Amino acid sequence: MKSNPIVREVTNFMMPPILLFALYVQFHGEYSPGGGFQAGVVFAAGIIAFALVHGLERTQRVITPGVIRTLVSVGLLLYIAVGFATMLLGGNFLEYDVLLAHGEGHGGEHEYNTHGQHLGILVIELGVGITVTAVMIAIFYSFAARRAAHRLGREE
Amino acid sequence: MLIDIALLTLLAIIAIAIVRTRGLLAVVMLAGIYSFVSAGLLTWLDAVDVALTEAAVGAGITTVLLLLTMTLTGAREAAPQSRPVLPLLVVLATGACLIYGTYDMPPLGDPQNPAQQHVAPRYLEQSYDEIGIPNAVASVLASYRGYDTLGEVAVVFVAAIGVFLLLGVGYRTRRSAPGTENVPEHPVGDQEDAR
Repeated sequence: MKSNPIVREVTNFMMPPILLFALYVQFHGEYSPGGGFQAGVVFAAGIIAFALVHGLERTQRVITPGVIRTLVSVGLLLYIAVGFATMLLGGNFLEYDVLLAHGEGHGGEHEYNTHGQHLGILVIELGVGITVTAVMIAIFYSFAARRAAHRLGREE
Repeated sequence: MLIDIALLTLLAIIAIAIVRTRGLLAVVMLAGIYSFVSAGLLTWLDAVDVALTEAAVGAGITTVLLLLTMTLTGAREAAPQSRPVLPLLVVLATGACLIYGTYDMPPLGDPQNPAQQHVAPRYLEQSYDEIGIPNAVASVLASYRGYDTLGEVAVVFVAAIGVFLLLGVGYRTRRSAPGTENVPEHPVGDQEDAR
């Protein structure tokens, strides 16, 4: 596919907008459709498109399998860390209200701490996004490396 | 209504085409199209979050993974040994039962549905005050149902662990996983990979 200039150029042109869109879906997920799961998948799809055109070798030079393997657990740990942080601050597990000092709520008579909720949701969505991105890329790497080994085995 | 019928008909046509086709490359492409049409249907049903996921996972990543799997296993499905009459009957009977079951279902989108009467009104009416973000789906997913989402992330994590165990962690073949050590150094995934 690398030899096809149209596919290569279109992928090169599209990859930055795809990654940017993934970040938008990630961090704008509270206001528009989206969130960590969708953003992670879109981001991974951008990387995988790059890998399909430019080869596994070049992609893994930028995003090494070791980094990906680490990020798989980093996202989940970040999520769990938020849960423990809320517990240490005196709330229940994943009760985001205690994360930040009380701000002014949106609701009239009730005093809800929406600032803490905002922060908590932002961080756990980031955790979701990191894990989903890393898992998707990791699965792709595993399949692609396996396939390369398979192909070499056939050639021998 | 017209769009519903058009999209569902398209889905049925694609599904039949998938069953009838033996070339797996075409099947994978058709499956991707199926996902994309599903995403369109979900958008039409106002489930934009789900549609986004369906388009990215179903049409994007699954297609790539199936293509990669295909290069390991071969690109043609073997012709069936016998005429699958019994499975066809089972499928028809099950389908008939399911269609019969839909007559007891409440109408789609009716606010009086049991599903809309339980916690949904609370989420729709209170979530903006309690959580402070306009997207009620995100409120439910990340805050009210934070435990469940944590579980989902754990499931995704476990899926990756499973793939690592089965296929290795995806290092370049020269720093290879156990069992492939004797593979010589060789560039991976170059243009000659293109099929």
